[in-house]
Amino acid sequence: MSEMTTLAPPEVPTWRMYRAMVGIGLLCGLLIVSVFQLTTPIIAKNRAEALQKAVFEVLPGAASSKTFVREGDRFVPLPDGASDSPGVGEERVYAGYDQGGALVGVAIEAEGMGYADVIKVLYGYGFDQSAIVGLKVLESKETPGLGDKIEKDPAFRENFQALDVSLDGSGKAASHPIEVVPHGTKTSPWQIDAITGATISSKAIGGLLGKSTAYWMPILAPRRGDFEESR
Amino acid sequence: MTTAGSQSDPRTTDEFIKGLWRDNPVFVQVLGMCPVLAVTNTARNALAMGLATMFVLVMSNIVVSSIRNFIPKQVRIATFILVIATFVTIVDYVIQAISLDLHKALGAFISLIVVNCVILGRAEAFASKNKIVPSALDGLGMGLGFTFALLCLGVVRELLGSGAIFGVHVFPDRYQDWVIMILPSGGFFTLGAWLLVFNAIKKRKANAAGTAKEAA
Amino acid sequence: MNQDPLWTIFIGACLINNFVLAYFLGICPFLGVSGKIATASRMGAAVTFVMLVSSVCAFGIQILLTQIGAPYLKLISFIAVIASTVQLVEMFVKKMSPALFRALGIFLPLITTNCAILGLALFQTNKGYGIAQCLVYALGAGAGFTLALVLMAGLRERLELVRVPDVVQGTALTLMVAGILSVIFMGFAGLGG
Repeated sequence: MSEMTTLAPPEVPTWRMYRAMVGIGLLCGLLIVSVFQLTTPIIAKNRAEALQKAVFEVLPGAASSKTFVREGDRFVPLPDGASDSPGVGEERVYAGYDQGGALVGVAIEAEGMGYADVIKVLYGYGFDQSAIVGLKVLESKETPGLGDKIEKDPAFRENFQALDVSLDGSGKAASHPIEVVPHGTKTSPWQIDAITGATISSKAIGGLLGKSTAYWMPILAPRRGDFEESR
Repeated sequence: MTTAGSQSDPRTTDEFIKGLWRDNPVFVQVLGMCPVLAVTNTARNALAMGLATMFVLVMSNIVVSSIRNFIPKQVRIATFILVIATFVTIVDYVIQAISLDLHKALGAFISLIVVNCVILGRAEAFASKNKIVPSALDGLGMGLGFTFALLCLGVVRELLGSGAIFGVHVFPDRYQDWVIMILPSGGFFTLGAWLLVFNAIKKRKANAAGTAKEAA
Repeated sequence: MNQDPLWTIFIGACLINNFVLAYFLGICPFLGVSGKIATASRMGAAVTFVMLVSSVCAFGIQILLTQIGAPYLKLISFIAVIASTVQLVEMFVKKMSPALFRALGIFLPLITTNCAILGLALFQTNKGYGIAQCLVYALGAGAGFTLALVLMAGLRERLELVRVPDVVQGTALTLMVAGILSVIFMGFAGLGG
């Protein structure tokens, strides 16, 4: 449009514009792809290390870990060389083993709506205890100083050293659903002692754990063998 | 060539210095505000963001300046954006390779360097009209000025909000954190306060110049 | 696939995680065109419109890029699509409704460098929204942006007649007011739970 009004800029042949765009496009493509190739293995290694560290944190005593994929109602080890991010509809859990190679438990990711945004956690399930044995908040934007105590508060974290999630006789539902109770009134192993001043965030953790365990426990609890055999 | 180089010497130093103070992109031109406010809740994030932006700024200035004679005017902006987006993608992957935690803390704001008006502004206003060396220095100066501004905010917000600088606690334990400084609103308040300081300095200088004139 | 209900997404994008006051996206137009309520609401409408269009485009691109396995092209294709969308929208509006073009005209090119649009495209892919969720997310984000802009414009119209020390005038004052608005919006947190 500007050529119409001001005659000053000389007519540029279309092929020159194409040449410029294609040239720049090639250069940029080359740069991006080479950097991508260079950094991908490092990033994958970082991711794997971060994941392993988180798994060790929620499964006390674990010294090695292995990724499993759910296939129907069983679990199979993730084949080597699979992409490091789960595909659509693929569900992964992470088994942890102690130094002797005995199964410590399985780490599971869960998420739910918190006070400000989605909270993502990783929790460890111990088969022996039928309980949650550890919890790590992977992602949260809870209010600093109040809601973010779910990550730091030692008293609150103690809740997840042995949080009972055992199944009832039918094997389909929890014998005692997880409950969040006011601070200082915890009496049973399936209750979470809330943080004063961070009630909504505490309830959010309880809620997302309850939902996730209700889904996973009936599938996971009877399949202990899947994780042990493959060692 | 040699004469041209020596002639532009004082000017090139000026290209470098102006971005730091006189034309500081944040405090004077008030450009590229989004990352300034968003990722300055700790000094470390602020520094990382500043360095990432500086890298993109310098590299895109160099590339834009070296191809400035081959690019028809009509497709200018499109090519600039392409170049900038390329370097931002590179920075994104490099930061992921260096530290995943840092990448998580900066989040989408690394990708959003693309739409930082400072970078496109320098490519259009300076690099597309100047030689490579002054363009690189201009990018470096503006980048340093940007980093400086980010650090100004980051240090204040982290100090007041968590009683620490670069994660090292400096206040005694009984210090009650000003949580609001880490929250979004703290970003607005801190930047507002810094702008106040800069306005006051400018005002004082203008007044001093005025009285000096009157006296003369 | 993300399972969040639509209304939570809307409230979340509009109030709780307001793009301007909580995520700091689109600060430039927020500071630049929040002088008058009339211009602010038009700018908001223009941004919401472009958000809706580019949200759909970004959704398509994401599917395409996953198909051909080139995640490293995400940023470049997003920014290219947003820039061309803005151009197309500008031409379309100019042709179809000159009156609307006169009202929105000068704001449309500005939107290209509005980080709220690119931010929206990036966030929706990060969250893995489906197409309906994307549209609602874009609508919520646009509504939140408009709300912040109009509120700010209303306050600034009042402030014009107030005598303040001259060092405070201008951007510094606007930022202080924005800070207070941001504190107020924090009160919306928890609505989505």
